[in-house]
Amino acid sequence: MKRFDFVQPASVAEALQVWHPGAVWLGGGTNLLDLMKGGVMLPDTVIDINRLADLRGITTLDDGSLRIGALVSNAELADDTGFAHDFPMVAEALLSGASGQLRNAATVAGNLMQRTRCAYFQDTTAACNRREPGTGCDARGGVDSHTAVLGFGDACITTHPSDFCVPLAALDAVVEVQGPDGAREVALRDFHLLPGETPERETALQPGEIIVALRLPADAKGFAAHARYLKVRDRTSYAFATTSAAAALRVEGGVIAEARLSLGAIAAKPWRVTEAEALLVGHAPDAAPFDQAAARALDGAVPSNDNGWKIALARRTAIRALELAAAGTPERMPALPASPFADQNGDHAHV
Amino acid sequence: MSLSISLTLNGVVRDIVLDDPRVTLLDLLRERLALPGTKKGCDRGQCGACTVLLNGKRMNACLTLAATLDGATVTTIEGLADGDALHPVQTAFLENDGFQCGYCTPGQIMSAVGLIAEGRAGDDPERIREGMSGNICRCAAYHGITRAVQEATRRMAAAERGDAA
Repeated sequence: MKRFDFVQPASVAEALQVWHPGAVWLGGGTNLLDLMKGGVMLPDTVIDINRLADLRGITTLDDGSLRIGALVSNAELADDTGFAHDFPMVAEALLSGASGQLRNAATVAGNLMQRTRCAYFQDTTAACNRREPGTGCDARGGVDSHTAVLGFGDACITTHPSDFCVPLAALDAVVEVQGPDGAREVALRDFHLLPGETPERETALQPGEIIVALRLPADAKGFAAHARYLKVRDRTSYAFATTSAAAALRVEGGVIAEARLSLGAIAAKPWRVTEAEALLVGHAPDAAPFDQAAARALDGAVPSNDNGWKIALARRTAIRALELAAAGTPERMPALPASPFADQNGDHAHV
Repeated sequence: MSLSISLTLNGVVRDIVLDDPRVTLLDLLRERLALPGTKKGCDRGQCGACTVLLNGKRMNACLTLAATLDGATVTTIEGLADGDALHPVQTAFLENDGFQCGYCTPGQIMSAVGLIAEGRAGDDPERIREGMSGNICRCAAYHGITRAVQEATRRMAAAERGDAA
């Protein structure tokens, strides 16, 4: 690692004050330290925010929404009984990510801020417009399946690697931010930016801003009985998604009253198409509307390198996630969370 | 900028002055505190060989800056046994051939202790395999590791109930 200054502010106000260009926030550090060791990130100052009690805790607010402090760990959130009951597909997504050790350290805000796992971004000898603007994009002719089929541009074809953000986008989560100009809120669906011509700009955060909390609206609990996250990956555990989908249905009298569908690992942000969700409403949860909704969600998808197969895989992942959601949220978390090899009722799958 | 930290390491309070903020918990243990039981494998959070308990939770010591640990409680493989009496997880690894070369074993054992405390897996082999997926064993002793974690889980639960373990 390149040498850096280390500071531990005692308040959010002090943290904002000590920030300057070249400084980074240290939460769980699972992605940041890895990138610093690889020379991909070279901060001159590391601001350790772990002493900031204001950034901790899971609280239900007066309007019924749930507020999750930025420093709540992935494991702490997924293991919170009330949370897993109310937002099962978010808990399933969290438990399908990383390893037990990493989930104990990694924070919810850090999950939003994690960098792409594109091999060419992490290789400092490769051309990467996201890491070093203007150098090009070696992923375009390269070998990496963590590439986009939607929302990419000539400058960058990478995807956002998060599992957690996929159901958050489906459930209209909100990001609470503080910065030198005060506090503001950003819808999670608007938080991650498509690369366009400025792939180095990855999120809606302005310089010096910090995430203080996430919020899930009260009505998101209405999907709890039919909500699943499905993740297709190279291994059944401890691998980033090749494709993924969060599907949630509100079923009344055998008919879909409301639907949410968000796709992961196919763009630089969770991919949610509300028109696809609308195609499901008023139908019985069945194969034909699932096919139509999945096709609509992938509308416009094209290969960005040798990854055309991801379009069909993402469509089938969406359909299967909808089928799993229709079958009902399992009473107990599956042995292999979000795995296509886990039986939908949570029993063993014998992979 | 003070880089003095005080932490409880294997039950003993240690006051440590760091000359460099880049020191990870893993390097602090191995190179400065003469505790080489915690192993360095990938040094990037991928292999789990450096797993320790930090405030009771299993963590990768290679991805933890020592400077962040003022007031923390750390347990390493050296702090697990009670004198000559092995921890039940250590015993179960021995009895079930939960290793071959042994390099990943301290991390495997600390991860298993953490997993059992989390209560996520019980003695279900598939849940144990999922819960232990952050620990790579190059010798592929996974079958023995899974059996060891199953057996340790059962013994520790029985001991907690007051049965003869």
